[in-house]
Amino acid sequence: MAEPKQFKLPDAGEGLTEAEIVKWHVQPGDTVTINQMIVEIETAKAVVELPSPYEGVVVGLHAGEGDTVAVGTPIISIDAGDDGAAIPAETAETGETAEAPKKQEAPRAQKEERQPVLVGYGIKTGPTQRRKRKSNATAGAAAAPAAAAPEAPAAPPPPPAAPAPAAPAPPVRPAAPGPRSRALAKPPVRKLAKDLGVDLGTVAPTGPHGTITREDVQSAAASTSAPPTAPATTALVAGEEQRIPIKGVRKHTAAAMVSSAFTAPHVTEFLQVDVTETLAAVRRLRELPEFAEVKVSPLLLVAKALLLAVRRHPLANSHWDEAAQEIVVKPQVNLGIAAATERGLVVPNIKGAQALTLPDLARAIGELTETARAGKATPADLTGGTITISNVGVFGVDTGTPILNPGEVAILAIGQIRDMPWVADGELAVRKVCTLSLSFDHRVIDGELGSKVLRDVGAMLHDPLTMLAWG
Amino acid sequence: MTVDASNGAASAHHESSDSAHEDVRAADRPTRVAEPPELVQLLTPEGDRVDHPDYPLDLAPDEVRSIYRDLVLVRRIDAEANSLQRQGELGIWASLLGQEAAQIGSGRALGAADMAFPTYREHGVAWCRGLPPRKLLELYRGVSHGGWDPAEHNFHLYTIVIGSQALHATGYAMGIQRDGVVGGPNAAAAIAYFGDGASSQGDVNEAFVFASVFNAPVVFFCQNNQWAISEPLERQSRIPLYRRANGFGFPGVRVDGNDVFACLAVTRRALQAARDGQGPSLIEAFTYRMGAHTTSDDPTRYRPDADLEVWKLKDPIERVKAYLARNDLADQEFFDAVEADADELGRQVRADCLDMPDPSPMAMFENVYVEPSALLEEEREQFRTYLASFEDEEAGR
Repeated sequence: MAEPKQFKLPDAGEGLTEAEIVKWHVQPGDTVTINQMIVEIETAKAVVELPSPYEGVVVGLHAGEGDTVAVGTPIISIDAGDDGAAIPAETAETGETAEAPKKQEAPRAQKEERQPVLVGYGIKTGPTQRRKRKSNATAGAAAAPAAAAPEAPAAPPPPPAAPAPAAPAPPVRPAAPGPRSRALAKPPVRKLAKDLGVDLGTVAPTGPHGTITREDVQSAAASTSAPPTAPATTALVAGEEQRIPIKGVRKHTAAAMVSSAFTAPHVTEFLQVDVTETLAAVRRLRELPEFAEVKVSPLLLVAKALLLAVRRHPLANSHWDEAAQEIVVKPQVNLGIAAATERGLVVPNIKGAQALTLPDLARAIGELTETARAGKATPADLTGGTITISNVGVFGVDTGTPILNPGEVAILAIGQIRDMPWVADGELAVRKVCTLSLSFDHRVIDGELGSKVLRDVGAMLHDPLTMLAWG
Repeated sequence: MTVDASNGAASAHHESSDSAHEDVRAADRPTRVAEPPELVQLLTPEGDRVDHPDYPLDLAPDEVRSIYRDLVLVRRIDAEANSLQRQGELGIWASLLGQEAAQIGSGRALGAADMAFPTYREHGVAWCRGLPPRKLLELYRGVSHGGWDPAEHNFHLYTIVIGSQALHATGYAMGIQRDGVVGGPNAAAAIAYFGDGASSQGDVNEAFVFASVFNAPVVFFCQNNQWAISEPLERQSRIPLYRRANGFGFPGVRVDGNDVFACLAVTRRALQAARDGQGPSLIEAFTYRMGAHTTSDDPTRYRPDADLEVWKLKDPIERVKAYLARNDLADQEFFDAVEADADELGRQVRADCLDMPDPSPMAMFENVYVEPSALLEEEREQFRTYLASFEDEEAGR
């Protein structure tokens, strides 16, 4: 019985190094003929079908759908049978090369990375395969290379000057950490990003051909505390639809949001607040030794204000028990903080937040967001919340209409804090202003109660001393 | 391969020019586009034979069958080469799918003494000139720099640079003039093949100027396949391409590029005029690139599927088949035999391709100069020593 023939992934374009397996048209056991389409692949240039170079029975597929495979890696084995010699494709040449890639090229595929360049596909930084020179090479031979070819003839051809802007991003698959395409930006914009400490890889491009503009970098810098929203922002190509599998955190979030939005009748109220004094308080707190080790941010005081408001209006920290037809008022506040992470939106919560001192609350918020962003939040961290804060301000927006975390009856969104013309003490002044919005479950909280909660939070942020009065 | 760099550069150039002038073009487009002109057509898409006063054509049944066979065979060569590229056996391939009639029609109009200057897509013309398909594959497999002697089949080497062969053809035609054979019994003409995209190139326009003012015996055969890689025709010209000839001072005609009879008749007449001393002419063969620009291209990104459906109805082979069948010029046995021949040719092309030996690195020194040169000899020796300095035995490859 002859060895099965292996079909190695060819370079379907010019100088391409890899492709993604989109769809197999055959399975092990199927009989294939020469030029029968067996697989659909997507390269940086095109989606193409590959015809079988062999006739016979499929023995095995060596790459799954969705896998990114290096050119030269065997993707399918076909048993051509005993009389395989009758098939023209089976020359000695293809037969002998079938073995090699298993040993050499497959491991290389994982190690290699490409160094991006302005045009083309980048420079391979993997181990170069230089042919060994004879040790007793004559002086003439040693001198010769300078006059002759600088590269051994076996070296791969240089990458072509390809239409780089048109190259699409491969479909986003967060699970597969393939080489990311380099962010597109003009040199002055790169300089700006460098100066501002912005990683271009995390900036969503809005310019033509998916390029990152000066404005993109500036707005990214304005919200540096905001983590990258999702890997989906890499090199979107205008005019091309992108299909992102719904799974993981996004899937969970979607289910939770739909269930919440369609069971709890939401009402959202808004309040603009002059928070100049809160910012001053934050600055003063930072100087206190108790806060030396922790991060003090306006969010800390918002959290504290919400906790105090809940103490004044316990119904805001409750749960609608549909089955029992009861409203369950919670004795303890498990304060959720919505965090944007690499994996999507998660809402870990601080258990018993109402009992924490201000330094402990600051520490808890810091740890919580840190853990969540590192993707290490435990199921316990993520469940049992009773009320939530969503800090949409870090994304540079004024406010939003947040959707309740399922099971809770109130959620507070904080907008960005910015300089605004404001009437303070009867005079027009430039003040630090923030917009708060509170969504609540109208089954539990009516307009009056909701307004009181929001107004109390606003009052405390307008004058932090109020917290002392109510604390 | 050279193909890489030029194609890449060309498409990159197109893209950058797109965005810059989008608005301007969109704004003044409606007022400038001319009405679609009449095409010279001798065989309708339905396979009905029609007459044209300027282009009489009388074909014997054998000749029509032979034309049909050529059309089917070149399509098969093309399909096999496409597959070989997808199997990693060719570096790249430029498909002629949809343009068989333009190439077989014009190719069969050529006389033995006429000289053809192709692009890199003239597989049908190469077939008519008697060039074995394996010679084309050598180039695309990267085992030769050209692979054939242009004088042997009066078929110049494939030209990758867009449009430069129009100048070569014009220069060659001026050479025919200087041989003093134009108008005589040994008269010959040159034919330059190019596409709609090349019509924007300086080289092609310069060739038009030279051919016109020197009255050179050259036919410019433009296969307007509607797409210059991803650029549609409307980005090349606001008037039908054949009318450009008027501005240069020679006649232009648009022919149904999917009608092999019309392409044959129109090219025949233009070549004869050139040989007779009536100077150059431009033929715009109005056709459609049914496949990708090359195997490196993905037309689904820029081209609506609906266009393809319309052009499928104008297929160059189906109409000849319909004509043969309707007029009882061929039976099923004939069509089956042609299919069998095509399959056999496909197998042969595949076997030839897989059999090709890699060239010796030393081969590059062989055709640089006609006469030996001392410097070249020195370099050859240096290179030989360099190749011998490796431990492994790859130098012979």
